[in-house]
Formats: sequence, C-alpha cells, structure tokens
Amino acid sequence: MSNTVVTIDDVSKQYGSGSSALLALDHVSLEVRQGEFVCLLGASGCGKSTLLSLVAGLDKISSGTLDIGGKKVSLMFQEAALFPWLSVAGNVELPLRLQGLGKAERRKRAQELLEIVRLAGFGDKRPHELSGGMRQRVALARALAQNADILLMDEPFGALDAMTRDILHDELERIWREQDLTVLFVTHNVREAVRLGDRVILLSSRPGRVLEDFAITHPRPRRIDSPEVSGQAAEITDRLRAEVARHAN
Amino acid sequence: MPTSETVTSPKAADQVTGLDALELGPKADKGALAGRVWRSAWPKLLAITIAVLAWQAVVWAQWKPEYLLPGPGAVLTELLDIVSTPDFWSGVQLTLTRALSGFVLAVVIGTVVGVAVSRFAPLRAAIGSLITGLQTMPSVMWFPLAILLFQISESAILFVVVIGAAPSVANGLISGIDYVPRTWLRVGQVLGLKGVAKYRHLILPAALPSFISGLKQGWAFSWRSLMAGELLLTVPGALSIGVRMQNARDLVDAQAVLSYIIVVLIIGIIIDALFNVADNAARKRWGLISN
Repeated sequence: MSNTVVTIDDVSKQYGSGSSALLALDHVSLEVRQGEFVCLLGASGCGKSTLLSLVAGLDKISSGTLDIGGKKVSLMFQEAALFPWLSVAGNVELPLRLQGLGKAERRKRAQELLEIVRLAGFGDKRPHELSGGMRQRVALARALAQNADILLMDEPFGALDAMTRDILHDELERIWREQDLTVLFVTHNVREAVRLGDRVILLSSRPGRVLEDFAITHPRPRRIDSPEVSGQAAEITDRLRAEVARHAN
Repeated sequence: MPTSETVTSPKAADQVTGLDALELGPKADKGALAGRVWRSAWPKLLAITIAVLAWQAVVWAQWKPEYLLPGPGAVLTELLDIVSTPDFWSGVQLTLTRALSGFVLAVVIGTVVGVAVSRFAPLRAAIGSLITGLQTMPSVMWFPLAILLFQISESAILFVVVIGAAPSVANGLISGIDYVPRTWLRVGQVLGLKGVAKYRHLILPAALPSFISGLKQGWAFSWRSLMAGELLLTVPGALSIGVRMQNARDLVDAQAVLSYIIVVLIIGIIIDALFNVADNAARKRWGLISN
C-alpha cells in the first residue's frame, strides 16, 4: 500500500534572474504516498505555497523533477474564492460543467457533493449569505467536483475562528477517508499540522529546504488539545523556533 | 482503521449544523411593503416640494416678468395640456428611439473595443488613454464635424450620441476586467479555465458590476448629447422634444419651455431608476451590498 503518487525530486524554484533572483525552493525532495495526509509546515518565506503551485502545475519548476503520475489535482486557498454570480450549487457545478456533464447529471452530483460537506439545504443560497466556514466547505465541494485524486490545501482554515477550525478538522478528516484522497496541506499552525497529518514536513525559510520529516503516529481520531498532539507540537515548535532564530543576523 | 466518525459526542453532523445555524443568525424582518414604499418615497416627495416652493418664491419675488418665468401652477397646467396630445407622444417616441438606437450602438461598439483593449496589450498602450480622453470631451464639440460628415441628418445626431457614450461603456468594461480579483483568476487556473470559457465563466461575469456602471454613465452621456443635438440640429420633419422646445423658445412660450424641461427631467429620472434597479440587483447578487 505504499504506492507513491507525488514524487518531488531535487526540485528548485527560482523567481527572477541575476542579482534580484529569489530562490524560493532549494533542492527539495519529497514523496507522498497514495491516501496520505501530509502537512507542510514552515515560517514565512519557506516556499510552502510555491511548492503547492508547482504540484498544481500553475508554475514551472526551475530544476529537478516533479511527477504526479498523471493524477488530477485540485487546489484550495485561504479564501474560499467562490464566484458571487453563481449560487452555491452553481459554484459546485462549474467544474462538472467544464467536464461536459449534462444539466440533470450536474445537479445530482452537486447535490451529492453538498451533502458530503453537510450543506445539502444551501444549494440555492448565494456565497455571501454563508459564513466563512460554510464557504470553505463549498470550496471543498467544488474541489471534490474536479474529481481530483490529490487535494492541495493552502492554509485553508487560516482565516477561521478556533471553534470553526476545530470542527472543520473533523470534517476534513472524515472526507479525506471517505473519498480516499491524498492531501498536501500547507499551514503555519503546528498543532493543526499534528492534529491532521500522517506526516509533518518542516521546511526552512529563504530558501525553502526540507529540514525534517516527522511521522505522526498517534491514533485517529485526534483532538487538537490532547496531550499527545500538544506534546509533539511542542517538539516541532522548538525546531521551528530554532530555524526562525537562525535568520536573526 | 478507525471509523469515519471522528468525534464521540455530540454527533459531528449536529455540531456542524449547529455552528452553521449560529453563524447565520436570525433573518432580519424587512417590514411591510407599504412601510418600505413610504420610507423610500418621502425624501423624494420632500425634495420635489422644496424645489416647487423655491420656484414659486422666485416667481412671487417678481425677479422676472411672469411671461418669461411663469409659476409652477401655470406650467403644470400647460404640461398637462401638452401631454394630453398624441402629437407630444410621437415626439417623445422619436426622441427615445434616437436615444435608444444610439445607446445600443454605443454599447456594441464600446463592448467590442473594451474586450479588444483588455485582451491585447499593444492595443491598450495605443488607445487605452485615448478612450479616457474621449470620455472627457464635451459632446457638443463633435457637432461641427458631424454636420460636415453627415449633413443635417439623423446620422449626424446618431454619430454624436454614439461617440459620446461608447468610451464610457468601453472604460467600464476595461476597468471591470482589470480588477477581477486575483484569487478568482487563480481559481480559474485551478479549474482549467482558458480562452473563451475563461471569458464566459469568469472574466465577463466578474466584470459585470463595473460594466453596468459604465452603461449607466454611457447612457447619461448619450442622453445629454442627444438633447444638445436636438436643440442644434433640426432634421426637417422630425418634431423631437428638443425641436419642440426650440420652437417654444422662438414663440417666447416660457410655459412650454419649462414643461419640456420637466419632461426631459422626468425621462432622465425614470431611466436612471431603471439602471439603478439593474445595478442594485447585480450588486446584491454579488454580495457587494447587503440585502
């Protein structure tokens, strides 16, 4: 059961050239297995969002190889970024429409997806009528509508309050299992990473390199405030602080 | 392998639904229809009352003789007289037909130019600022050229109306396209939107509120240009509102002149209200203003 779906081998990413060049990622190597939940953790400037853009194919790598074996990817951001001119169901239907599905089929599938994120009764609402947490769930339904095998998430819960975030962790964990997804989850919240991840990859800043790869073996379901999660989060936080302090001079 | 239910109690579904219900809060009551109508109507009625009173006060002060500046009562009688003739309505029809055909043509031209300019960078550099320049140009300035090109004809009037309105329409669309939020563009990339589909599903809907503002401004310019045109150019046989007003002036019929001013004002207000309905509907849908 250890078939690799994402292979990042010696990947570097440089923006610009000459003296103003910025090295965002420096010889990063990383493998993600099918069905794995991997959290990318790091301080500002570690290139975690860059890494997601590369995996999503939105940006080109400067050197190295990146292979996702022809799998489909979808990307979620900190903002739900739903289209306000479409209803909630319309937003979820858009990827289906682009796949060429017929109207009836689209409607049925969107309804199923909204049920998965527990928003079955909200299809006719407008995005602005929903709360931030609900909008993120619509964005998740839209991402699922792309039939992606790999879900890339760029601080998806960063703008939400603690209570909502906590509940959405449970929801994401459930959906990840039910839909058999591979998740690459970027965050700067250490506890969140330990709460969710099978692995937590700690990246260095400017340039981004893989510092350490922590395996999180606590049995699920986990609670973000459990002693196990807190204990391991403290260990990773110490490592992260040491990395941040390195940039003091 | 643990079960999918990650929280023991209370049930995860209840937690999610409960939180949603709390965050959405209770629905605000808008109140009865009659109350809403009255709330939106009374400031307008008050404004009209103030304007009429001020007008009457000037008349009473005998600043000008009454045959040059008649009071509201006399003008209202004349106005009711004018609007009860079918002849008047054919004039309104002629003027509105001109306005509408000019506006529609301006929208078509403005849209094509707007999309072209926002798509092709060289075109933008070449004519982007020219469009803004045209927008600030007083439309009366075009009449001498229009008369040389088209003589005194419907085409001359149409030319000026279109050239007055098209830059605003183009500019509204261009700025709408320019300010499509980056996050939406990124979502478009993630969804694989390209080419025509990108315009159809992302760029054009995203630019709609700004486009409507452009249309509204374009209408205002075309309406003004048209009124100037109708006063300056008398196309033989066409008894438009402007021509009727000019005739009234020639006959020193101040009551009729003021009546036509009121007619033009009312038409302007009605059409502005229609644009506001469209504008507000779009903004409400977009969540730019709350319900």
